[in-house]
Amino acid sequence: MSRKFARSLGGVIAAAALVLGAAACQKEGTGTNEAAKCEGKIAFMGALTGADAGAVLPSRDAAKLAFKKFAAANPNCKVELVEFDTQGDPAQATPVANKIAPDASFIGVIGGAFSGESKATMPIYEAAGLVMVSQSATNPDLTKTGNKSFHRVNGNDTTQGEAAVKYFKDTVKATKVFVIDDGSTYGKGISDVVKSGLGALKAGEDTVQKAQANFDATISKIKGVAGVDAIAFAGYTGEGAPLLKQIRAAGITVPFVGFDGVYDPAFASGAGTAAEGAIVTCPCIPAEKAGGTFAADFKAEYGKDPGAYTAEGWDAATVFLSGFKAGKVTRADMLAWVDAYNEQGLSKKIKFDATGEVDKANVVVWAYEIKGGVLTPKTEIKLG
Amino acid sequence: MNFDALFDHIGQHTVDGLAKGAIYALVALGYTLVYGVLRLINFAHSEVFMVGTFAVMWTWIGIGAGNTPSIGIAILLLVLGGLVGAAASGGTAVLVELVAYRHLRRKNAPSLVFLITAIGVSLSLTEIFGIFTGNGERKIQGMPTILNQSIAIDFLGVEITNLQLIVLAAAFLMMIGLDQFINKTRYGRGVRAVAQNPDTAALMGVNKDRVIVLIFALGGLMAGVAAVLWNMRYGFTRFDIGFVIGLKAFTAAVLGGIGNLRGALVGGLLLGVIEVYFATLTASKWEDVFAFIVLVVVLMFRPTGLLGESLGRARA
Repeated sequence: MSRKFARSLGGVIAAAALVLGAAACQKEGTGTNEAAKCEGKIAFMGALTGADAGAVLPSRDAAKLAFKKFAAANPNCKVELVEFDTQGDPAQATPVANKIAPDASFIGVIGGAFSGESKATMPIYEAAGLVMVSQSATNPDLTKTGNKSFHRVNGNDTTQGEAAVKYFKDTVKATKVFVIDDGSTYGKGISDVVKSGLGALKAGEDTVQKAQANFDATISKIKGVAGVDAIAFAGYTGEGAPLLKQIRAAGITVPFVGFDGVYDPAFASGAGTAAEGAIVTCPCIPAEKAGGTFAADFKAEYGKDPGAYTAEGWDAATVFLSGFKAGKVTRADMLAWVDAYNEQGLSKKIKFDATGEVDKANVVVWAYEIKGGVLTPKTEIKLG
Repeated sequence: MNFDALFDHIGQHTVDGLAKGAIYALVALGYTLVYGVLRLINFAHSEVFMVGTFAVMWTWIGIGAGNTPSIGIAILLLVLGGLVGAAASGGTAVLVELVAYRHLRRKNAPSLVFLITAIGVSLSLTEIFGIFTGNGERKIQGMPTILNQSIAIDFLGVEITNLQLIVLAAAFLMMIGLDQFINKTRYGRGVRAVAQNPDTAALMGVNKDRVIVLIFALGGLMAGVAAVLWNMRYGFTRFDIGFVIGLKAFTAAVLGGIGNLRGALVGGLLLGVIEVYFATLTASKWEDVFAFIVLVVVLMFRPTGLLGESLGRARA
């Protein structure tokens, strides 16, 4: 533990030293005419391969689309989106961040797409003065560390958890909810909010493991509680799909509610017919409700419907692109630009508070239902 | 610790654990056979199982199997799946032996070289399947549900599902068959002879290489049957599915006494039961912690595992 800590601390210090060195070089080399140029790179950091990539690729595509449109409209601006794959793994994200941070051509980071990798890399980016705008990292604690770099355009798990609690109470009208999480930073964070929000309505709980395939013990726990009338699962597709499949095979037919971790086409296809009717909540707006021509543009570009966090991916990219347009081409300027940003985005009005969160009143949470194997917008869960 | 949850339904949890462990036991046979004869831990065996699950899935999807077909077609699909799975896994195991291990053995390579080769083969197969299957998305891949789960036997409140029953019956049948094969047939005698003393066996006219191919094929065949049972029960696979089950099966083999066929069965079933018991007592996340604590404690008192004897010594 301490060795690991020392090693990562060493890494951070080394990265910081490199960055300072690089920054110093840049100052000497480029002089003053740099500020006038509309030029720079934005890094996109997230799971582009691996088991959880399905939750990230749509927002990557949306960001790419935003950059493409921007480049077409502003031929003088040489901005570039560079993709970095972390497989959603904090251990793989750290070296990625250590590669991006010292490279002075990077002015901002879109991501991390997941909470764990964001948590692992935000000290590195903060030390480098590099601003992050995440489209989908939802852990509430991320904005409680005082980190100056981290911002997100999506709602957090507290908001999503509260929305789910409201959904259980008002729509499902559940009286006994069984809460399952996968023990990850993400899963545990959201299940804690759901459990405390449900209070006495929580009838039981279990925590499963990464890559678990047999859920007999969980199922007998569900059956052991008389009258469970809803199940919540906070985790990702890899465990969620087999879990749901086995729950349905065991004859348990009560509503199943997952969160944005299973907002993924593979969840529906992996669970097959068992997925039918399952509810997935997501603090992401259905692209077709996002307004404008976004959904149509996305479909025209990629030949498929926009998926998870596409509007948010677009918004995160737009925050940076408008910054470039306003001539913010240094890391410090871009950070100040993001901090002061106040515009209507596709998904919501985007204005960050001092911690990097968007105003909770502007966050939208949607419940999606799996119909015919497709995530279909069902209803917006209105908070407050 | 929720003792009420465990002891109120102890029979149910035992059945769940046995059915879970039966698949471990079938895969464990592959480790134990190879170890018993070659003193080699074939870490590529987890991928032999993984290849089996894919072969069965492709067969089912390829012939257009839908969800929950009629019982006759379901049985046909399971038997066909079993044959394809056994052929694919057995073939993969033999291929691994021919391509990776045989040359090393000819050159009398040290055992560490075999170990690294095994890990290399395992990683290569995993990545190949990760890259070339499921559009390279590396996600779980669902398949048609061949049999709907239902309660087959309800004995004093212990519900045994049809799927669990099939898993247990198939696993026991395969085990008994293999046990008889090794102990009663001429080929089996050859396997035991090579396990006891390869040089003397060679002098007695046993073809060592043929015996080695045979044990890889037998281990693969068992893994193939485990694969079709897995697909029937869980209905999904993924490129890295072999890792966890391979680790558990290897643990089961060590727990029962590696190199001992009956030990693999005992170890697999016991491991499954321990996991379910402790998952029920605490949370599912703790099952591995307790399963491995039990393993460590057992090995402290019986360093060669529960049944402890090697393949060669078993009633030669």
